[in-house]
Amino acid sequence: MPIKRQTIRDHTAEANLVTRRAFIAFIITSLLLGVVLSNLYVLQVKQHQDFETRSDTNRIKVLPVAPNRGLIYDRNGVLLAENQPVFSLELIPEDIDDLDTTLSQLKALFPITEEDISSFKQTLRGQRRFKPIALKTRLSEQEVAIFSANKYRFPGVSIEARLSRHYPYAGLLTHVLGYVSKINKKDLQKLIEAGQEDNYAATYDIGKLGVERFHESLLHGKVGYQQVEVNSQGRIIRTLEVQPPTPGQDIVLNIDLRLQQKAAELLGDRRGTVVMTDPSTGGVLALYSSPSYDPNMFVHGISQANYSALLNSTDRPLINRATQGQYPPASTIKPHLGLVGLEHEVITPDEEMTDYGRYRLPNVSHVWRDWKRGGHGKVNLTKAIEVSCDTFYYDLAYRTGIDKISESMMDFGFGDYTGIDLHEESAANMPSRGWKKARFNEPWYIGDTIPVGIGQSFWTATPVQIAQSVNTLINKGERFIPQIKRGYIENEQITVELPKTLRPVAMKKEANWDLVLDAMYGTVNRDHGTAFNAFATAPYVSAGKTGTAQLFSVAQDEEYEEENVAEHLRDNAMYVGYAPYDAPQVSIAVVIENAGGGSSNAAPVARAMFDYYFTLNPLPEDKWYSPTEKRKVLEYTSS
Amino acid sequence: MKRFLAAIHIDLTLLVGLLTLMSVGLVAIYSAGGQDIDLIYRQVTRLGVAMVVMLVLAQIPPAFYRRVSVYGYVVGLLMLVAVLLFGDVGKGAQRWLDLHIIRFQPSEIMKLAVPMMIAWYISKFDLPPKTLNIFVGFVLVIIPTILIAKQPDLGTSLLVASSGIFALFLAGMRWRLIAYVALLAGAFLPIMWFFLMQDYQKQRVLTFLNPESDPLGSGYHIIQSKIAIGSGGFEGKGWLKGTQSQLEFLPERHTDFIFAVYSEEFGLIGVMALLAIYLFIIGRGLVLAVRAQDAYSKLLAGAITLTFFVYVFVNMGMVSGLLPVVGVPLPLVSYGGTSMVTLLAGFGILMSIGTQKRLLSR
Repeated sequence: MPIKRQTIRDHTAEANLVTRRAFIAFIITSLLLGVVLSNLYVLQVKQHQDFETRSDTNRIKVLPVAPNRGLIYDRNGVLLAENQPVFSLELIPEDIDDLDTTLSQLKALFPITEEDISSFKQTLRGQRRFKPIALKTRLSEQEVAIFSANKYRFPGVSIEARLSRHYPYAGLLTHVLGYVSKINKKDLQKLIEAGQEDNYAATYDIGKLGVERFHESLLHGKVGYQQVEVNSQGRIIRTLEVQPPTPGQDIVLNIDLRLQQKAAELLGDRRGTVVMTDPSTGGVLALYSSPSYDPNMFVHGISQANYSALLNSTDRPLINRATQGQYPPASTIKPHLGLVGLEHEVITPDEEMTDYGRYRLPNVSHVWRDWKRGGHGKVNLTKAIEVSCDTFYYDLAYRTGIDKISESMMDFGFGDYTGIDLHEESAANMPSRGWKKARFNEPWYIGDTIPVGIGQSFWTATPVQIAQSVNTLINKGERFIPQIKRGYIENEQITVELPKTLRPVAMKKEANWDLVLDAMYGTVNRDHGTAFNAFATAPYVSAGKTGTAQLFSVAQDEEYEEENVAEHLRDNAMYVGYAPYDAPQVSIAVVIENAGGGSSNAAPVARAMFDYYFTLNPLPEDKWYSPTEKRKVLEYTSS
Repeated sequence: MKRFLAAIHIDLTLLVGLLTLMSVGLVAIYSAGGQDIDLIYRQVTRLGVAMVVMLVLAQIPPAFYRRVSVYGYVVGLLMLVAVLLFGDVGKGAQRWLDLHIIRFQPSEIMKLAVPMMIAWYISKFDLPPKTLNIFVGFVLVIIPTILIAKQPDLGTSLLVASSGIFALFLAGMRWRLIAYVALLAGAFLPIMWFFLMQDYQKQRVLTFLNPESDPLGSGYHIIQSKIAIGSGGFEGKGWLKGTQSQLEFLPERHTDFIFAVYSEEFGLIGVMALLAIYLFIIGRGLVLAVRAQDAYSKLLAGAITLTFFVYVFVNMGMVSGLLPVVGVPLPLVSYGGTSMVTLLAGFGILMSIGTQKRLLSR
C-alpha cells in the first residue's frame, strides 16, 4: 500500500532552511580556515626565527679540513719527510643496497684480503651513519684507474685521496725524524687534555716519535673549516663557505743528510751510534743509531709480525742509542775529571805519580788494575789523559771524593737530560751518595769511588750527553743544548734559530781548560796518544779521547751490573773528539757496542767522519796539511 | 563561450577556481618532486582523465543520480565487505579491490555514494528531518565508516563520515540533536581508542600530542614539516629554493605533505592566496547548493562541497601540527590519482546540479 503524504511539502521553507544551514556552514568553514591560518601565522611569523635556525641546522654542516703537515728538510734543503697523496677505497654502507654483493664484486677487481674485509666490518659496527669507511688503503695508480673505469657499477663506493707522510730515506733517519701514525685513544686523550681536539678534528696522523713528535705543534698547523650544505642523507650538495687551514710549518734540521749516510755506512750492521755536533751552537749534524728500521711501516699501520720482530730483536732497533743508550762513559770523561782535580786543587798540573799497573787503598785488599799490564810508569795529568792511565785516575778520584766529582759532573750535564729536541731521551745516571742511599739503601763506600775515576761503577751516560760535555770542554765552560732543529721556513725564507744555552761550567783558572784540551790534542797527535795511530795520516789537526767500557747491555732501565755482564760481553768501543784543534767546527761521540778497544774500533769511525766532514766543508789552504807537513807541525806543537 | 560552457553543463566560476588550484598544484609538485618533469606529465595526464570524468558526470541530470543513489550505496557497501575479505594489501592496509581489469579502492566510491544515499533518504521526507530519520541516516553513515576504518584507512573513513553528516546538517538536523551527537561522539572516543584503532594510528595520535618525544622516529615527519613551514616565513624562500624540501628533509613531499613545501617556498602570503582559492571554490559550491532545484540536489551539492573543505582542513591541520597525521591529501594539489578522480567526479555532479534545471519546477 502506497504511503500517502499527509501534507504538501513547503518547498520554499525547505529551501530557506537549507540556505540558512549552508550559510552557517560557510561561516564555520571560514572560521576553521581562520584557525588554520592563525596557526600558520604563529609558525611563519611569530616562530619564524626559531624554525629558520632549525632549518639551517638541518642543512648546514661544518666540516673540518686537515692542514697539510709541515715538511722537514736537512740543513742543505734536502727533503727528509714529505706528504704524498695516497688513495683509499671508501664505502658508505648506507648508500649500498647489498653490501656482500658489492664486496665480492670489488674483490673481483682488486686483491682485497680477508683481513681488509674483517677490519672493515669491525669498523662498520659502532660507526656513525653515512660516514665513509676505508676498505682498502694505499691503492696503486693502476688500481685507481681500474676502479675509476668501473665506478658507475658501485654507488656508495668511492676513491678518496689524502696526504700521507713518507720518509724517502727510510731507516736512515728514523731515530732523528721518528714518524707519524694514526691518532689512537691515548693520543686523543692527550689532545683533549691540551684542548687540541678541535684542531685535530680532520687529522689522521700524529707524530709518535722523534722530531715528528717533539715538534708536533709546529708541524701540524691549524685546522680549517668548510661549511657545506647537506641533504637529509648527509650527502654534500654544495660548499657554502671555506676557511682554509693553516699548513704546518716547514722546518729545517741541523742534520746533514750526507754525514748521516756516512755514519750509517761506517757503523754498518754493528750496534752503536754516532753523534756529530757543531760545538759552537750545539747543532746536531748527524745522529745515527744502529741498527735502525723503516719508519714508513708505522705510518700506514705496521703488521703485528713486523712489530714483534722489531720489539723482540736482540739488537734492539727501537732504542735510540744516541739519546737512550746508557753506557758507562769510561775513559772519555778523563779530561773532565782532570779538570775537576785541578779545580779543587787535588792535583797540580805538574804533579807526577808512578804507575805500576795496580792501585790499592791503604788497609784494603782489593786491587784495581790499569788497562796496561805493568802500568805507564811516570805520569802527570796530561800524560794520564793521553795514554789513558787508569791508576792515575783511581787516585785522583780517591782524593777528590765522590761528592765533588758528582757535583762537578752534574754541572757538565751528566745525570740529567741534555734537552735535545727528542722526547726519547734518558737522563742516565751520575752516582752520588744520596743516589745510592735512595736506590739501594746502602751507604757509599770508598771502593765505589775508585772506578768512578775511569767512568765506570754506577756511572752511565748517553752518547748525546757525552757529546754535549765534550762541547762544554771545547767552549771552556759555555754550554749548549743539542739541537736537531735548525730553524723554519717562512715565505720561502729560512730563519735559523739562535742556539740554546745552559748554565755554564765555571772554572777558576782558564789555563785548566787549556791543559785538558792540550791533553786531548796529545791523545791524537803525540805518538804515545791512544788515538795517534787512527789519526796519524789525517790532513787536519784534531783532538779527542778514547774510551773502552767494560760491558753491559744497553737498555733504558737496566742497571749496570758489572759482575754478571762483563764476563760474557766484549767491551764497548768509544771515542770523543773534535776538529780542527785550534778552531773547532765539529765534534763527535762514537759508541760501538761490544767492539773492543776504543782506539782501534771507535777512533777510526770518528776519523772517517771527520775526513768526510772536511771533504764536504774544505778547510782553508793553511789548515790543510800533507802528511809530511803534518809531521812537522806536530813536532813543533809537541815540543 | 559562456553559451558553449552552458551547453556542456560547465560552471565557469567553479571551473576557474579548480583550474587555478590545479596550476598551483603543478607548480608545487614540480618543486617538491625534485624538478622531475615526468612527474608533471603524469599528474597532467591524471588531471586530464579526472577532468573528462567530471565533464561526463556533468552531463548526467541530477534526477539520474537520485535514482541510482540506493544502488550505488548498496554496491559500494558490498565491495567494502569484499575488500575486507579478499582485498589486496598495499602499504600495510587492505584498501584495494583487484577486478583484474582495474584495481581500485571501493572506499573512494563511498565518498560520493554515502552523501547521495543520505540525500536520497532524507529528501524523501519533509525537512527538517525527524529524529528517527536522523538516526537511520547516522546508521547509514556509520556502517561504511567502520568498514573503511577497519581497512584501516582513517582519513577516508573520516571523509566518508563527514560527507554523510554534512548532508544531515544541511537538511536541518536540530541543534539540540547536534549537541547530543557531539556528546555521544565524545563518549565514543575512548571506545575508538581501545577497540578500533590500530597501534600505528594510536602512535600517530601520541606523536601529534608530543612530536618532540621521538624526533627521529614517528615525530620526524611532523617536526620537519613544521620546520619547513616556519622557516618559510612571511614571504617564503622562493620557488625551488625551499631547503627542507629540496634537500629531502621533508617526507612525502609531493603527496600528503605538499602543503609544507608550498608554505616553505611561498610563505604566509602564498598560504593566504591558496586559502582564498579554496574558500572561493567552497563558497561557489555552497552557492550552487543553495540554488539547486530540489532538496536531494541541495543536500548532495552541499555535502560534496563541505567534504572538499574537510580535505583542506584536515590536510593543512595535520601538516602544520594542528591535527594528528591521517592520510588525507591536499585536494587537487597533492600528487596522486585516486582521490583526484573522486574529487573531480564530485565536482562533475556539482556542476550537473548547478547547470541542469527542469524548467517546470517551482
